[in-house]
Amino acid sequence: MFAYIVRRMLQSVIVLLVVGLVAFSMFRFVGDPIDNMLGQERTQADIDRLRTELGLDQPIPVQYYKFLKEAVQGNFGVSYRQGRPVSTIIAERAPATLELAFVSGFLAITMGIALGVFTAIRRQGVAANIIMTVSLIGVSLPTFLIGILLIYIFSVELDLLPSFGRGETVMIGNWSTGFLTTSGLKALILPAITLGLYQMTLIMRLVRSEMLEVLRADYVRFARARGLSDRVINFRHALKNTMVPVITITGLQLGSIIAFAIITETVFQWPGVGLLFINAIQFVDIPVMAAYLMLISVMFVTINLIVDLLYYAIDPRLRVDARAT
Amino acid sequence: MSLLTINDLTVEFPTRRQLFTAVDHVDLSVEPGEIHGLVGESGAGKSTIGAAIMGLLDRPGRIASGTIRLSGDQISGLDADAMRGLRGKKISMIFQDPLTSLNPLFTVREQLTETIQAHLGGTDAEANQRARDLIDRVGIPDPDTRLDQYPHQFSGGMRQRVVIALALCTEPDVIIADEPTTALDVSVQAQILDLIKELAQERQVGVILITHDMGVIADTTDKVTVMYAGKVVETGPTSQVMGQPSHEYTKSLIAAVPRPTLKLHRFPQISYGGRETRFAIEDMARHWPKVDNDASKPVFEIRNLTKKFLQRKGLLPWDRTYFTAVDDVSFDIRAGEVFGVVGESGSGKSTVARMIAGLYPVDGGTITFNGQVVSDLTNKAALDAYRKNIQMIFQDPYSSLNPRMRVDDIVAEPIRHHKLMEGADVKRRVDELLDQVGLGHEAGLKYPHEFSGGQRQRISIARALATQPRFLICDEPTSALDVSIQAQILNILKDLQEHLGLTLLFISHDLPVVRQMCDRVAVMKQGKVVELQETNELFANPQTEYASELLRLMPKLDDLSTDGLEAEA
Repeated sequence: MFAYIVRRMLQSVIVLLVVGLVAFSMFRFVGDPIDNMLGQERTQADIDRLRTELGLDQPIPVQYYKFLKEAVQGNFGVSYRQGRPVSTIIAERAPATLELAFVSGFLAITMGIALGVFTAIRRQGVAANIIMTVSLIGVSLPTFLIGILLIYIFSVELDLLPSFGRGETVMIGNWSTGFLTTSGLKALILPAITLGLYQMTLIMRLVRSEMLEVLRADYVRFARARGLSDRVINFRHALKNTMVPVITITGLQLGSIIAFAIITETVFQWPGVGLLFINAIQFVDIPVMAAYLMLISVMFVTINLIVDLLYYAIDPRLRVDARAT
Repeated sequence: MSLLTINDLTVEFPTRRQLFTAVDHVDLSVEPGEIHGLVGESGAGKSTIGAAIMGLLDRPGRIASGTIRLSGDQISGLDADAMRGLRGKKISMIFQDPLTSLNPLFTVREQLTETIQAHLGGTDAEANQRARDLIDRVGIPDPDTRLDQYPHQFSGGMRQRVVIALALCTEPDVIIADEPTTALDVSVQAQILDLIKELAQERQVGVILITHDMGVIADTTDKVTVMYAGKVVETGPTSQVMGQPSHEYTKSLIAAVPRPTLKLHRFPQISYGGRETRFAIEDMARHWPKVDNDASKPVFEIRNLTKKFLQRKGLLPWDRTYFTAVDDVSFDIRAGEVFGVVGESGSGKSTVARMIAGLYPVDGGTITFNGQVVSDLTNKAALDAYRKNIQMIFQDPYSSLNPRMRVDDIVAEPIRHHKLMEGADVKRRVDELLDQVGLGHEAGLKYPHEFSGGQRQRISIARALATQPRFLICDEPTSALDVSIQAQILNILKDLQEHLGLTLLFISHDLPVVRQMCDRVAVMKQGKVVELQETNELFANPQTEYASELLRLMPKLDDLSTDGLEAEA
């Protein structure tokens, strides 16, 4: 078990090093940072001075090493556009994205699993069929369209919910939260639905098909033959067996909820890191882009690590295999 | 009054086109302490009777008429809740495959206690105590440790014991055992059947034993009911039905059972119902490339063959542990003979076959085919030429055919791969092959799932013959099939060997079948060949203790009628 975790960590480090290399190459090769930083009016002396200052005259491996050293300490340099350290900017923006991702991820998992189990058990029922049909819409509509539709219905026509922004926020330490104010919570509803809808329908369909498979398994028949109640069979025996493949997909999907919050944040003008990233692209703000890239890859790697550990918790066969293999 | 009485039971499955009657006016009764055998081929309706008693008929099946009574009370037609109260409490069931009938994610203790508490209630401590007693009773050593293990930590036989413990949880009156030992080795099968016999005696439980294995019926049951196409054809005390069968179907069914004591030239096939399919060996022999088999020369010389599987991965070589599946195995296979390999599961017999077929790389030793060392071939052309001569027929006719390919493509694949023919010739050849194995060339347009197990195994044979090989590897080719179908398939294989001069490597755990099929037999145990003999010699005078033990555990079929069987001259 311990050896397994260590091995997985080592693999994660390799992944991060590769992503770091990509982020680093952006500095080096996407335009000349000197060009970006100095205006049209510049002298050769200015260029040389800045080059030495930024360490760009040193060999590339040395530069990469320095970049990594700084990155590990959370230092990605100064934003070209805002002139402030990137780490501060991201720290300001991260709570908004994380809160949004948390709410929509929670919605997607709970609703997805509940509806998936429901539609599997009542396969022939009218309600299940309606849910399945509606879920097709969730899968096939692009996120930005769902967002715009929701804004049109709930903000423009019904005027129930705000169409943009986070509402009022409260600072707890360095963390700005929208959970504690009514307007903050109201502002969360539409973006969370928009962001989570696709994941929810995906999880639901996955749970449903896995569940149908498991319900046909011999051990479910045997559980019936032992006279266990439907509730125990469906929610204890079947659901747990459904979880292994579901966790794989869900883990990856949660990563993408954070990573692809960009679109939702743009539609709702949500002041999170996604919006920051979009703005950074527009202004070729490379330090911000590199930091964002690293942040997202750290999240993906962490989530994958958690997923692998969850397998262990759920499936005893893996525990023994890991010891034996 | 009987414990369980079934009167005039009819079970129907309405389908879109017609009403399918799976069980047709069946009467059956079981006394306390009696083991009642229910025997017949697949599709005879024997499992459907079990499901009907349990109230677990798959939709859209329904009981159309008749009654099922338990100790005089009618249980057919009860509502779902009342039925659930009976299931597991009064009537329990044991399923065929112990590998899949336990939930892999729960410990044995969890599965036992939940069943006990669902029916008897009681505290956790009581349920735990009872679970421990049961595990102890079914003969699982070290119950305290074993209870907290998961199903995958048990061997097949031990798992079936757990399943039996689960079935006994609440002192049932009736146990329905649906093919309880079909998936198990001979030695384990004997233990499980003994356990069932003991429990029936000790607890006065009525057992319905559903099986297609006449050996199990003859050894275990007190009474037997023979079913054919949903109807009961014969019923009575086992010794009488097996010894002096009165119905034609029973006679041919018994005749089709391979005998360990009697070597016959061909396997008797079940002629009842007029279902015999012709296998056109003569047509095939005309096109087959003639090769003279020189029996003095071995086709294969296998020397010191070894295979290790990695059991524990490790970055460093000394962290790795290996499991030796095949350990220093040497034998020759003579041209034109049927060479048998027998052994229990895990003895390495399939691994040997796979190494010969080139599916596993060899870790040590050599395989020589017609004088050429083939175990270290890396050249693709040479390997292909070798593989063209070696074809394999697998055990499971359900998973060895690609379900998304049409049968003609399946059969044509080896021809195309080895570039033996092109264009219209391929099609003609495939049609011929399908005709010759008795399926008819129109079968080529269908998909594998449209065929029965026996028909699928014929497709496998057609595919294996497509390259006109010299050597066939048959890995348990009939262990998934009914007796009657088994006879057909084995006869085809025998014909191939006799008329086309093919050499066969025949792997099986079924000793009577081996007796009928093979010229020489190697007995394997834990990766080693422990005995290698002429078949008749092995069955008459086994030299090693292990071989005689295997022979002893073989179901005795002495009681079976031998009407119409003549020993080979």
